[in-house]
Amino acid sequence: MLPLILFYCFAAVLLGAALGVITARNPVYCALWLVLCFVTSAAIWLLLEAEFLALVLVLVYVGAVMVLFLFVVMMLDLNLEQLRAGFTRYAWLGWLVAAVVVLEIVGVVFGRRFGLDTARAAAPLPASYSNTTALGTLLYTRYFYPFEIAAMLLLVAIVAAIALTLRHRQGLKVQDVARQVAVRAGERVHLVKMPAEPRK
Amino acid sequence: MITLAHLLTLSAALFALAVAGIFLNRKNVLLLLMCIELLLLAANFNFIAFSRYLGQLDGQVFVFFVLTVAAAEAAIGLAIVVVLSRERHTIDVEQLNRLEG
Repeated sequence: MLPLILFYCFAAVLLGAALGVITARNPVYCALWLVLCFVTSAAIWLLLEAEFLALVLVLVYVGAVMVLFLFVVMMLDLNLEQLRAGFTRYAWLGWLVAAVVVLEIVGVVFGRRFGLDTARAAAPLPASYSNTTALGTLLYTRYFYPFEIAAMLLLVAIVAAIALTLRHRQGLKVQDVARQVAVRAGERVHLVKMPAEPRK
Repeated sequence: MITLAHLLTLSAALFALAVAGIFLNRKNVLLLLMCIELLLLAANFNFIAFSRYLGQLDGQVFVFFVLTVAAAEAAIGLAIVVVLSRERHTIDVEQLNRLEG
């Protein structure tokens, strides 16, 4: 009974926070509501005994991605009035599409057309079960190549993000490390031979 | 006990809210990116729910990959937003029409 009560609490907070994300006035508040969304989602995933992914969600999403979002939101000089203009113009369409999506999913979930028994509880896991071990075993055996490709994708993302935002400003007194390393003594020191001038 | 129906309903509500958010905040690229993160979160909920209730871990591996791709997408998307605001001094989607013929 306790897991169900906790689930309802977390679900209510999650939906409230999602509503905050889409309606908050200031993008900084949107990002903070989104952090709350991720934290409550991680709590629900813990209730589902997906411990590894719950922790990854908190560490990677709250710790890295949302910090990146907050940095960008605070770095940009946004004209909020202009971006908020016409906020409710297509609101009716948005809520209509949302209602259609909900109806479709309810039709799938409760339609009993796919032989899906949605009213049963999950089979309890044995006490010796370790989610991280099981997931790691699967990830490093059957899903090894996708895992490597995911790593490569992250590398591509790093290179792309740096290449996009790097800029060379003119007239800046910065060190060029490559030229500093490649320099040779012959290019640095010029020995100039001058005739000595007699003292007057 | 928490049943599969509970989780699917929650994920449907979250997905619908995120879709509504895309319509509401259609001018602000940053908020569109945040709404996409919410959509992916709702999809991840379904993956984890089915993985738990069918007793197969493959769904959780998929969530792992979805998280990876979403992180990469957020990084590149935010980099593009930064470059856009630097060049055009706005991130209003309606004004980003330079590629229009």
